Amino acid sequence: MTTNKTGKQNWGMVVDVDKCTGCQACVLACQSENNVPINTQERFERGRAISWIRVERYWEGNYPDVKARFIPIMCQHCENAPCEPVCPVYATYHNSEGLNVQVYNRCVGTRYCANGCPFTVRFFNYWEPVWPESFRNHLNPDVTVRSRGIMEKCSFCVQRIRRGVRTAKKENRDLIDGEIQTACSQACPTSALVFGDLNDNNSAVSKMKHDERTYKLLPHLNLDQNVVYLAKVDPEKKIESHSVESGSHD
Amino acid sequence: MEYWSLNPTSLKVMQQKRNLSQIHTNKTLLNGQLNTPKWWAPTVLILGIAVVIGLSAIGVMVNKGLGVTGLSRPVYWGLFITTFVFWVGISHAGIMISAILRLTQAEWRRPVTRAAELLTVFSLLTALAFPLIHAGRPWRIIYYIIPYDFARGIYPNIRSPLIWDPVAIGTYLTGSTLFLYIALIPDLGNLRDRTTGWQNAFYTILALGWRGNPRQWKMQTVGGILLSALMLPIFVSVHSIVSWDFAIIPSVEGWHSTIFAPYFVIGAVHSGVSAVVTMMALMRWLWKWDDFIRPEHFDALARLLIVVATAWLGFTFLELLFAVYGLDAPELALREMQLFQWPWNFLFIIFMLTAYIIPVTMWLFKKVRTNIALMFWTSILVNIGMWLERFMIIVPGLARKQPFVFTWEAYRPSGLEWLILVWSFAWVTFLMLLFSRFFPLVPLFEQKESQVFTDDVKIGRASVPAIIREID
Repeated sequence: MTTNKTGKQNWGMVVDVDKCTGCQACVLACQSENNVPINTQERFERGRAISWIRVERYWEGNYPDVKARFIPIMCQHCENAPCEPVCPVYATYHNSEGLNVQVYNRCVGTRYCANGCPFTVRFFNYWEPVWPESFRNHLNPDVTVRSRGIMEKCSFCVQRIRRGVRTAKKENRDLIDGEIQTACSQACPTSALVFGDLNDNNSAVSKMKHDERTYKLLPHLNLDQNVVYLAKVDPEKKIESHSVESGSHD
Repeated sequence: MEYWSLNPTSLKVMQQKRNLSQIHTNKTLLNGQLNTPKWWAPTVLILGIAVVIGLSAIGVMVNKGLGVTGLSRPVYWGLFITTFVFWVGISHAGIMISAILRLTQAEWRRPVTRAAELLTVFSLLTALAFPLIHAGRPWRIIYYIIPYDFARGIYPNIRSPLIWDPVAIGTYLTGSTLFLYIALIPDLGNLRDRTTGWQNAFYTILALGWRGNPRQWKMQTVGGILLSALMLPIFVSVHSIVSWDFAIIPSVEGWHSTIFAPYFVIGAVHSGVSAVVTMMALMRWLWKWDDFIRPEHFDALARLLIVVATAWLGFTFLELLFAVYGLDAPELALREMQLFQWPWNFLFIIFMLTAYIIPVTMWLFKKVRTNIALMFWTSILVNIGMWLERFMIIVPGLARKQPFVFTWEAYRPSGLEWLILVWSFAWVTFLMLLFSRFFPLVPLFEQKESQVFTDDVKIGRASVPAIIREID
């Protein structure tokens, strides 16, 4: 059962890799929702681009039978997060809602958490963020603009979670599943990203979580992530296994 | 059987040198203070300029942000952390020489105890600077170094090795400074009696009313022994904690290793004792202390170093062995990169040659061990190699990280980072030289004590040393 109190939810996300087309809409949505600085060519070349969610592309198979595979990677909000115990100032810690939160005010920028993260979804602000003058009024007022010298990362759009809970409280009702959307899940045209409360057994994420395609990234590290992936369905897999004997190669 | 017949050669060595009068000892060892050599002022001036340039570089970095370094997304730690570990390693010289050799009563430690302890204090101060300046917002770092609850209502996170670092280093620094000071008091009394004017006032305050009566000597000796014993646990803890900065991280291949604590400690002793050798050679040349810092000392240190270096090499191979034994694909890939891919293979070869193969092979020969110039250069080689060792541990694991990283960045340190690295060396040398102007680098009283211990006493027709500690 959901309640409108904060602290009772366990926020999570299910990423259906089968549905992902690699369109990068989530990346853009995140960028504009969370005041992520614009990544210039120079920043990419120096390996300093900031992108809270990114779509990794893999090539599968050999030429000419090559397939592009996409997998969106964002902060996995691990329950056993390697980034959390190493922060000397508690700038990153796990809250009661399953979120791995980053407190910008506390951060001194040791970058220790970023070394701990196996997904490298933590980003350091090497420079003061700059936007073109025309973008000044596009910044989201609900999100802090991070100064240089601190870490930042996906927050599961915590500002949206807070607003949703506040609204539900004001209207004296429970949260409705799907009411709170992260920017990326809202923008995804194929609904490959689904956000919701894992404590609520009737929520979309809870149901999808028990799909047989479920897997978590890097299971050997025992991170117990709140982001769950659903494996790619490959219609050709079966045919391939049948055609091993006949195996015709061009 | 008479006890002096147990080891006649050792007796001979002990007796050979010692015909130094106390006046000669005073005159020679106090020449840094009483007649400052001509080279001192220009050298300190040049080093001072280098220090100022380095400090300005740090200022620029704090002002502009860490964008001025070569760091990137996967390679979050680079030259600064490498140099931090390097200087903490150098600081192990002090404890090894002054505490362990003191407690084991190795006589040959006497001329080098103070210089080793001094190197410890100054290298720790320098080491502490690196985690501070490498942070994104150094002006806020006081939050985590001082475990005091300001207005935030949050204590530092004691689960983080970055909290233990300043605690361990702070303890070590406090212990070393006290140890250094206690051992300095008799010599301060000596200097007070030989100076006039403001210098006399300066030494009078520092000498704490030292008159050299038996009670004071007893307290001074007991204090020294107690501090040596108390600092022994730090010998193990400091570099273990530094190694946990890396070992605790499960997701970086090449960092997450259970042997890191002893591996780092033994590596630290290797580089620290080598640094002492470098410093001894310099002291012998610069202040002409040939009577006090003698080839036998280099011989003894080189023998110690052969053992330490070989133990360290064992750990290095164990680390590689564990990697191969685990058959973990990412770890194997990392080792393959470290050993066989450009430029890491080149660095690895340099590292192996300088940290072990060249120096230890040379130290096997007594002619090398007693040749001060060769000892100087081989000890420099060791520290080049040990710096590279830390670099080879820290950077490749980050540069070639996990499967979910699109950017496997190469790390190219920026000019500013190199400048700050050079600054750290200039800074330590600058502090040492500054110290040498006001305080003797070789402890006079230790020197005289050993003189008394080894004075000849006539028993019948035989002339035997009064006390031989070596074969006790």
